[in-house]
Amino acid sequence: MSTILLQGGHLIDPAAGFDAAADVVLGEGRVLEIAQPGQAKCAADETLSVKGLVIAPGFIDLHVHLREPGQTHKESIATGTAAAAAGGFTSVCAMPNTRPINDSPAVTRWIQDEERGAVVNVFPIAAATLGSLGERLSDYRELKEAGAVALSDDGKPILDDHIMREALALAARVGLPVIQHAEDTRISHGNPMNEGATSFKLGLRGQPPASEWQMVERDIRLASQEGGRLHIAHVSTAKSLDMVRLGRASHVQVTAEVTPHHFLFTEDSCSSNDTRYKMNPPLRSEADRDAMLAALIDGTIDAIATDHAPHALFEKEVEFDKAAFGITGLEIALAAAITALQHTGKISLPQVVRLLSANPAKIVGLSGRGTLAEGSMADVTIFDPKKRWTYDAEKTHSRSRNCPYDGMQFYGKVRATLVAGKIVFSEL
Amino acid sequence: MKAKPRSLLGIEPLDSRQILEILALAKRMNPARPRLTLRGRRIALLFYENSTRTRTSFEIAAKSLGASTVVIHATTASIEKGESLKDTGKTLQSIVDAIVMRHPSSGAPVLLSRLIDIPIINAGDGMHAHPSQALLDAFTILDHRKSLQGLKIVTIGDIFHSRVARSDAHIFSKLGARVVFCGPDVLLPDVARELAPGVEIVREMDEAIRGADVVMMLRVQQERLSGMQINVDEYIRRYQLTLSRLKLAKKDALVMHPGPMIRGMEMTDEVADCKQSVVLEQVLNGVKVRMAILATLLGGKR
Repeated sequence: MSTILLQGGHLIDPAAGFDAAADVVLGEGRVLEIAQPGQAKCAADETLSVKGLVIAPGFIDLHVHLREPGQTHKESIATGTAAAAAGGFTSVCAMPNTRPINDSPAVTRWIQDEERGAVVNVFPIAAATLGSLGERLSDYRELKEAGAVALSDDGKPILDDHIMREALALAARVGLPVIQHAEDTRISHGNPMNEGATSFKLGLRGQPPASEWQMVERDIRLASQEGGRLHIAHVSTAKSLDMVRLGRASHVQVTAEVTPHHFLFTEDSCSSNDTRYKMNPPLRSEADRDAMLAALIDGTIDAIATDHAPHALFEKEVEFDKAAFGITGLEIALAAAITALQHTGKISLPQVVRLLSANPAKIVGLSGRGTLAEGSMADVTIFDPKKRWTYDAEKTHSRSRNCPYDGMQFYGKVRATLVAGKIVFSEL
Repeated sequence: MKAKPRSLLGIEPLDSRQILEILALAKRMNPARPRLTLRGRRIALLFYENSTRTRTSFEIAAKSLGASTVVIHATTASIEKGESLKDTGKTLQSIVDAIVMRHPSSGAPVLLSRLIDIPIINAGDGMHAHPSQALLDAFTILDHRKSLQGLKIVTIGDIFHSRVARSDAHIFSKLGARVVFCGPDVLLPDVARELAPGVEIVREMDEAIRGADVVMMLRVQQERLSGMQINVDEYIRRYQLTLSRLKLAKKDALVMHPGPMIRGMEMTDEVADCKQSVVLEQVLNGVKVRMAILATLLGGKR
């Protein structure tokens, strides 16, 4: 096994409290040595000059839709993970709303099979209920043994209080978090955007913010009774964040993620009827967007996750109310975070890195990842935090192009991604 | 100065000068005296929703300008077999010069105008916009008043589901009128105030109507209610236009309705047939205004 020296870079490893120039030696899929610049003791077969670049623990995306099995016209595990690599993600957690739904150890194993051609680590999130129908729990113990790192019926919330209670209790016993897509569909009715002045103007029916925060409130209440770990997927309303704060204050184990689009955009973007701004949860008000930024600053939000949701053109280039929900986002997450959060002075670069690596690793219990401490996995993201660039959706590694970032200017570009010490993406 | 619009998707993108130009042209239009402005032009009337008034009106308008028309109903076309709006539009583009379209999805004409290169005339999209109706409503008022500046125009009823109310609010606001919305919470959310400058909400009908120059009544769109509960008796009691309520408005106030009107629901027989009602004028004006719209968008250049 060859060893590789990352030379001349600046190591940011928030979990280890490290933020300084360092040389990093990788070998046997692990971090062999962190050394002062020029002082590495381990011999390396190969040297990679990363002068002027940041070396960070490989990013972990808690929320992606790889569409395989079943919907490979949108994405495959191979293409989705290639996009992940280009975005600096060395691990992605794959949501179970595939066809069939990933509610069985067989599908969970199939997703992780080498034959799928994944270029980064894929950690399946299994369905919390059979068929994600919200009626009967799937077998959490078997799913965990097969490699599932969390349970979720993403895309569909678990509405029934009793089932959610059971899910939290059983997940707690097997030691997995429950990830809830918090949306009371009895209130949101699958409506295409946020309810407010903009939806009224456009003549579109809206999802009231309450359809999210009331579900967050209920889940936190159930988690406080049942114990276990609750993770709120793609939080989008200010009041949901208030619920998370209240829950934490009463010691409920609750974490939350936000997508780049929910801290970048508002419902105003829907005004042009551009379906690339249609996703679920929908883009909310300016006050909600500002609340996301505040919660990223104060730590209420633990992780940035993309909710990468590829769709074919024919599924998006239709009437706004008929278009599929979701946008791709793996390739711009870091750039979005740097541009909107660090470049504007809201949070520091180590905090950005923490939101993309150490914190998500902790949420789904990926030990040895989310840090580059000696002995941990050699999953590394190398990026240029100052590089100015324009995203070109035509050049995406994903099979789909349904994202509003096309043509947008960003600061911060991933330059290389290494998984288990091997380069899976490089622009060095 | 804004470019001459190639499509008419809504009132919002127009400025008052463009609006007044169309209205001035409409004054010179008369379906009884056909013109040849659009001779040889083909106009598709693409209707994804049933409509008698608007479709007929556009058809007569087009023919009165010498254009030929073809009516396409969603239920009788390949649309029913699952063809997308994009493909239907691309197909039509190669054989017609313009598309007049009615669609149940808000924003559908905006989508189509992005996908194809011929003018799209929005004949009503979902709850979003109905610009030709707004233009004919403004035209009808201007038949009776010198200008809309400072007029109090009250719209009463199911504002939420009404594309007419939205487009009317934009045009009345742009022409300087006070726009007062009146209706129950479920059919008139508070955010309606933010629709356009000068829009107010008054919940009590008597108060809303007091001193009004124009009273625009809307139909409760039962077919779009989707689960909302409306108590009909209560609705009639609070929001029906009766002769005694009409007395609260200015003496010569105009009573308008975009149709179809449900007598006994939003207004009584007496009001529907009273002197102040200009409902039938609206219908005739509709043809003139649509002639002006088509001539503006399609006339002059080939």
